[in-house]
Amino acid sequence: MTRHFQEEGPSGGDGRPDAEDESLLNRRSLLAGTAGLVGAMLMGPMRLAAEATTEISPEDPTRVPGAAPTAYGQRSAFEKALRIPRSWWSSLTPLQDSHGILTPSSLHFERHHNGVPTIQPAQHRLLIHGMVDQPWTFTMDDLKRFPSVSRLAFIECSGNSAAEWRGPTGQTAQQTHGLTSTSEWTGVTLKTVLQEVGVHPDATWMLAEGGDAAAMTRSLPLASILDEAILCYAQNGEPLRPEQGYPLRLLIPGWEGNTCIKWLRRLKLGRAPFMTREETSQYTDLMPDGTARQFTMVMDAKSVITSPSGGQHIQPGFLEIRGLAWSGRGRIASVEVSTDGGRSWRQAALQEPILPKCHTRFHLPWRWNGEDVILQSRCLDDTGYRQPDRTTLVAVRGVNSVYHYNAIQSWHIAADGKVSNVHA
Amino acid sequence: MRNILTVGVTTILGAGLLWAEGPADRQEQTHGYGLGRPATDQEIRAWNIDVAPTGEGLPAGQGTAKQGAALFAARCATCHGPTGKEGPMDRLIGGAGTLASQHPIKTVGSYWPYATTLYDYVHRAMPFPAPQSLSPDEVYSVVAWLLYQNGIIAEDTVLDARSLPDISMPNRQGFLPDPRPDVPKP
Repeated sequence: MTRHFQEEGPSGGDGRPDAEDESLLNRRSLLAGTAGLVGAMLMGPMRLAAEATTEISPEDPTRVPGAAPTAYGQRSAFEKALRIPRSWWSSLTPLQDSHGILTPSSLHFERHHNGVPTIQPAQHRLLIHGMVDQPWTFTMDDLKRFPSVSRLAFIECSGNSAAEWRGPTGQTAQQTHGLTSTSEWTGVTLKTVLQEVGVHPDATWMLAEGGDAAAMTRSLPLASILDEAILCYAQNGEPLRPEQGYPLRLLIPGWEGNTCIKWLRRLKLGRAPFMTREETSQYTDLMPDGTARQFTMVMDAKSVITSPSGGQHIQPGFLEIRGLAWSGRGRIASVEVSTDGGRSWRQAALQEPILPKCHTRFHLPWRWNGEDVILQSRCLDDTGYRQPDRTTLVAVRGVNSVYHYNAIQSWHIAADGKVSNVHA
Repeated sequence: MRNILTVGVTTILGAGLLWAEGPADRQEQTHGYGLGRPATDQEIRAWNIDVAPTGEGLPAGQGTAKQGAALFAARCATCHGPTGKEGPMDRLIGGAGTLASQHPIKTVGSYWPYATTLYDYVHRAMPFPAPQSLSPDEVYSVVAWLLYQNGIIAEDTVLDARSLPDISMPNRQGFLPDPRPDVPKP
């Protein structure tokens, strides 16, 4: 504890240059002299700092000093929301515990195909080759020197809700819809970097490859992504989390998460799709007639009530119905909520900011009178696309397509207040 | 040198649809920011592992199903089953004629449209605990075994960079472009 305090003491840690004016130097001398004493005084709180990560709390927090500052913050020990690691391949965001539109980086869903690699940023390179003027390579420092852009965007795995095709499966909103998350992403636009390299005008497709043990690859139609794609090195104000592609990932706002290649190490320009495994045998949508749709990149509009939602118990009286809506085609224009299984609908209020290709929070005040009811939400985006009901969606696509399930979600509230997933 | 290069490439780019707005200032020209450096041939060779449907990217080497059988048993069967049908991971063999049924079985034989993809993926990502560890001869061999077991090639067919792209996969015509929005409005 004491050593920790000395390291964080007045001789360093504040980021100021060494050469300072005299008064600051004097202040530093004074602080250095009293460091031992202050350190001793802080022993109590320092002990508490360790305890702040436990559930041991003083009887009256106004009667004892609180915890000391920490180098990297943690949430309260009383908060328990967790991702559900579903398998070696993915973990799900606890949407039922979410507030607002941002997903904490630590709770952003994961999907990877052979684990999360450990990559030293100083050694990482982005290679751009194929139909370019000259093959080129960038370090992370190079990429960070380009003009930067930031935007909020959701990323949704196209396999989100996949188990719902065949029947109500997930018990909670996390299990039915937890493969979507929203972050602020920062990086350099793909267009800027490709312009720097010089792309042959006949290049129409770009292979993006990850530096993970799956060397994950997708072919991307260049004209469709050039306006919005970002090579991201930061998420929610700090470098990407390892499971989100550290140190570099692609973001294509509104497109299925698999196209947003993580641990990005290579871009190859060509005239045709490269037909990788992930865009042929995977991430293609099998239709009832046995044909499959390929390059179904955009995530259509979708919404889910996050509270009350599956697995929760509610009490009669007032509650606010809360949920998230998003569209890969643009902004959410409206969200309607039904408390009678879809017979009637009411407009929910949309919480600002309402951003394109981003989670949008909606609210509706409600009073539950203890009756057996079914809650649903449906959204409309600014292209005029309306989230379909399950029957209509299945009538077109059958139940074998695996990907892109975006039907209206129904939550049944039983008379005892228990909320469960049903298909209504 | 740089000026000549920049002007030359800018002219090319300006003619392309994607870059139609044209470079407004020097920084929007090729190498306008002066960041990065040319990639070396060695750097490109180390990572340039993709194999296109044309066969571009296939290395020298060859293999047959006979040679692949032992390799599959030793390196693949733990996850995919002794005959490639048992799992626990992806089923690789069989499933012909099931795609339009209630329980489609998507395998290399029934679903995959290109044999070249199989080479790319086996080399790139398999075996799961040791990706990129198989030699070209080993990859050709295990690809040959999978295609033979699916009834697509003969047991003694020699696969190499010339023969693999010519293989006609049963579901080659099974893929259509994205027709969405496809759901009628209520």
